[in-house]
Amino acid sequence: MEIFLTILFGIIGGVFGGMGMGGGTLLIPLLTIFLAVNQKLAQGYNLISFLIMAIIVLIIHIKNKMVDLKSIILLDIFGIAFCIVGALLISVIDSEILHYIFAGFLIILSFFEFFKLIKKNE
Amino acid sequence: MPNNISMKKKKKSFNWILDAIFGSLIGFINGFLGGGGGMIAVPILEKIKKLDNKKAHATAIAVMFPLSVVSAFVYTLTIEFNWLTLAILAVSVTAGGILGSFLLKNLSGKVIRIIFAFLMLGSGIYMIIS
Repeated sequence: MEIFLTILFGIIGGVFGGMGMGGGTLLIPLLTIFLAVNQKLAQGYNLISFLIMAIIVLIIHIKNKMVDLKSIILLDIFGIAFCIVGALLISVIDSEILHYIFAGFLIILSFFEFFKLIKKNE
Repeated sequence: MPNNISMKKKKKSFNWILDAIFGSLIGFINGFLGGGGGMIAVPILEKIKKLDNKKAHATAIAVMFPLSVVSAFVYTLTIEFNWLTLAILAVSVTAGGILGSFLLKNLSGKVIRIIFAFLMLGSGIYMIIS
């Protein structure tokens, strides 16, 4: 059952991730809520499985001429510096606290999504 | 005319600062929360880089890729993974991702976005109360 759920959650996360919609924002809570995976571990699983998926999906998107590579350079130069900071921070923060921060992040993101949807409707 | 050129220059340096701010933000979230950076990258790519919606979604994955390589590496230094679970997840996420990348090409969007927003809100609240 656990393996079945792991596969199911992976596919759900992957579908949204492959669309660039934030698969991790679904995969991480699915893992922590239903499979009682520790928050830090769930984040790590998400990062690594995203990587393998992204390699294949990016090939498809680049072939379809959907990726604007020159847009990413500067964003990523600064991004890499700060992802190291963020990733190092998790080794000093309690997993429980991280869990709540992540939950708050999800709620804020969902408000932004709702806001965007409403704005588009007008 | 010279005025026009200097304005263009100004705009360019302004964009550079925006790249720095948002790049840092996306990077920090990717490392600290292990995901969700792409959700922020999409509107940034639309607004600053003027990409259309679908291109912004695809490009967001390209933005997140190098960041996730670095974050994942740092995670492996401090976290012990269950490699079987990781392998199962990697395969299923990849299978789902391929499906998703084809869906994106034909995405009409609205319904799926509403579902997605509710899923995020629901799991966020559940994570707090449980």
